Amino acid sequence: MKGEKQSDTLSVNVGPMRLRNPTMLASGILGISQDIFERLYNNNIGAIVTKSISVDPMKGYANPTIVPLGNKTYLNAVGLSNPGVFAFSHEIMRNKFVPIVVSLVGSSEKDFPKMISFLDSLNVIGYEINLSCPHVSKMGMEIGDDPEMVSLIIRTIKRHTRKPISVKIGIGSMDVVEISRVAVESGADMITAINTVRAMKIDVQSMIPVLSNVIGGLSGKAIKPIGIRCVYEISKVLNVPVIGCGGVSSWEDVVEYMIAGASAVQIGSILGNSDDTFFNRITSGLKRYLARKGIKNIGEIVGLAHRY
Amino acid sequence: MPIDIDLMRLARISETVMETSSVKTLVFKDRLGSKASAGQFLMVWIPRIEEIPMSVMVSRREGHAAVTVKKHGKGTTALFEMDVGDFIGLRGPYGNRFTISTEFTNVLLIGGGTGLVPLLRLAVNITRLNIRCTLIIGARTKDEVIFEEYARKFLSDGKGKVIVTTDDGSYGLKGTASDGMVKTIGEERYDCVYTCGPEIMMKKIFEISKEQSLPVQASLERYMKCGIGICGSCCIDRWLVCRDGTVFDSNQLSRMKEFGMAFRDKDGQKLQYK
Ligand SMILES: Cc1cc2nc3c(=O)[nH]c(=O)nc-3n(C[C@H](O)[C@H](O)[C@H](O)COP(=O)(O)OP(=O)(O)OC[C@H]3O[C@@H](n4cnc5c(N)ncnc54)[C@H](O)[C@@H]3O)c2cc1C
Ligand SMILES: Cc1cc2nc3c(=O)[nH]c(=O)nc-3n(C[C@H](O)[C@H](O)[C@H](O)COP(=O)(O)O)c2cc1C
Repeated sequence: MKGEKQSDTLSVNVGPMRLRNPTMLASGILGISQDIFERLYNNNIGAIVTKSISVDPMKGYANPTIVPLGNKTYLNAVGLSNPGVFAFSHEIMRNKFVPIVVSLVGSSEKDFPKMISFLDSLNVIGYEINLSCPHVSKMGMEIGDDPEMVSLIIRTIKRHTRKPISVKIGIGSMDVVEISRVAVESGADMITAINTVRAMKIDVQSMIPVLSNVIGGLSGKAIKPIGIRCVYEISKVLNVPVIGCGGVSSWEDVVEYMIAGASAVQIGSILGNSDDTFFNRITSGLKRYLARKGIKNIGEIVGLAHRY
Repeated sequence: MPIDIDLMRLARISETVMETSSVKTLVFKDRLGSKASAGQFLMVWIPRIEEIPMSVMVSRREGHAAVTVKKHGKGTTALFEMDVGDFIGLRGPYGNRFTISTEFTNVLLIGGGTGLVPLLRLAVNITRLNIRCTLIIGARTKDEVIFEEYARKFLSDGKGKVIVTTDDGSYGLKGTASDGMVKTIGEERYDCVYTCGPEIMMKKIFEISKEQSLPVQASLERYMKCGIGICGSCCIDRWLVCRDGTVFDSNQLSRMKEFGMAFRDKDGQKLQYK
């Protein structure tokens, strides 16, 4: 029963969600195809978060939408392109075994019950509410910076589903702990931190901003210390599970986020530079680390940094 | 330090060649592109307008690469209208490549439109290995036949041959590229079929090859944004065209439900081929 023992050391409870290991796909990365979700799950990912889905399909911005900046750091302004909730509910309708969290985005609280009515009866383990996309107006961060809107949206969603919801926050004009507190007091079961950080790239030869949207969000290695700080601050004061995200590229990064206080860790941009063995390498690295430290379950390291 | 192919570099267009009234080749100095394998592509930035994937065309000049663009929508029209002295941005080359076995003695290449671009690169490599090569150039009509002269030049002297087909019969063999295929496989034995072009054509070629137990390698196209396996836009079944492809073999093609059937548009909705 080797398999069972393996899953025991790495299995985590993230609120009411039980995952076989703490790795999750970050929203917006490879996030629109059930076949790809199954491939990732067969390659040992713990859970999937889908691309942020809106009520209607969105085309997003013109390319360039994703700019690699070197050193495993990326800039993107995709513009929340997604197939819309109707097509997407068909995409995941036949999901049998993949733990899927659907990321939702909307411009008003009324959008969310509409989307939940398509999704709630499907095999979906929870929702992540994207209130932090840094480059689309009237959606994402503009809402995330408005505590009354955040509260209204979360309370509305909680009236329409019994599935757990995580609120995804980012670096806006409000303090991350304060906006997380508003979300939790309105009923959020978990917090995901962080989304990309507003950023920009100019090509100096042509003197032209590269992204078609000019401004976008920074992801990858460069933002990891910011993500670690946010997870630490939020998990230290709020009594809900925090899911860490930002710049994870190795098992050591997963460990760092968990010591900072994350119950699970999302992985995004780095998948661009990796292959099918990525999650197996992460999980075997984690197992070796725990064995060396004599730790029976990875949950024991969550928040160890809170002592400091 | 190794050069990071992901970092965008600017290139100045040094030469242009009009192939037809709507197809143009742009040549530029780019060491990385000049070394691309057949089947790989570059992400080409047209400043403030678009960034689009383009197969790497054979460069006749040392240290140079080229792309051949067919005027289509906004991005390809802007690229088509570029001239000597204009700048484009480049990332890549990305993707896998066509593979050649040294045991092959005779192979068949079938392309339509700008799908011929990676096949020309492949044909150059194949003839260097002393493998005979037949290239079928498919076009709707005489005016749209591209690269014929160039291909005939290096497939002469017993290295191979060129067959041109036009749907309307205005030039070469009358019929589609797959009609040309049926004819030639009746006359000669081939070890492998390589194809790139309209997907319906490639699907037909795949099916004919299956009946004949001929192995196929096909270079596929899907809508792409990042080109590096992050966004997922270019998925076909469980594969990403940018990273797992662009070239897929018979085994993979036969496991695809979407090949020749469905593709995703810019928002990720699945649409059926007509
Ligand atoms: C690996 C690969 C290699 C290619 N090689 C060549 C080539 O050598 N020469 C050539 O002329 N064309 C090539 N193409 C096709 C070319 O990229 C598209 O025609 C081009 O992106 C269309 O852009 P547009 O703005 O002109 O058209 P639009 O009006 O935006 O769209 C026209 C059509 O092109 C498709 N398309 C649009 N944007 C993209 C995109 N970013 N990626 C893929 N498809 C897109 C659309 O789905 C639509 O079917 C290649 C595509 C791929 C994926
Ligand atoms: C191309 C791209 C698209 C993204 N789309 C979304 C999205 O739709 N919803 C969302 O909540 N976050 C989105 N993100 C943010 C990621 O989920 C993640 O928070 C961020 O990239 C940091 O993680 P990373 O450094 O591991 O990539 C996107 C990121 C990238 C790079």
